[in-house]
Amino acid sequence: MIRVQTGPFDLAAEMAALTQGRADLGAVVSFSGLVRGEADGRPLKALTLEHYPAMTEKALQEIEREAVARFALSASLVIHRVGRLEPGEPIVLVIAAAPHRGDAFAGAEFLMDWLKTKAPFWKYEETDAGGAWVDARETDDARARRWD
Amino acid sequence: MKLLYFASIRQGIGASAENVDPPTDVRTVGALVDWLAARGQPYAAVLADRTRVKAAVNETHAGFDTPIAPKDTVAFFPPVTGG
Repeated sequence: MIRVQTGPFDLAAEMAALTQGRADLGAVVSFSGLVRGEADGRPLKALTLEHYPAMTEKALQEIEREAVARFALSASLVIHRVGRLEPGEPIVLVIAAAPHRGDAFAGAEFLMDWLKTKAPFWKYEETDAGGAWVDARETDDARARRWD
Repeated sequence: MKLLYFASIRQGIGASAENVDPPTDVRTVGALVDWLAARGQPYAAVLADRTRVKAAVNETHAGFDTPIAPKDTVAFFPPVTGG
């Protein structure tokens, strides 16, 4: 299950919705990404997320299929927000559920590493020094390559 | 051919989309980038550092070797920073 939205999400509500009525889940792992309050040593005013809608939809569906197949996930959820966000706000949620914790942890990490390196979103940071696009990190690419 | 631009590439070019009609010998993403850069500014400056130019053809990640056809949608954007 994949959602791209501007509004916030509630982790507890999403967890409850995903696990309700299921007797086959032994392990449920979640990751939440939040807007940090600083950028380059300065207080952050806002983070704006731009995305490529048609490509995001296609790409997220594909990656979820791969995660489910590869890690035998029983259920998964990816929510990614777009638009203007303020410090402390949630940006992204990944939930991965499987019979056992090894697959649930690995599935969640795999989905996050993929989101960081392949999902078509771009971040723009505003501070009192003005606005700037965030640069992609080599460390994210290195982490994603581990799964190859 | 429909072109889409995102993030800093969109800002630099000053448009989020445009239709172009490259010559028939422009057959790959890389050739298209070269052709756009040859149009002059702002394309040349925005596309100067090829390591920071990524592309998608019909909503799928593409490399500079990926072939393109007149009916395709080609998007250009910087390395992604989602998640």
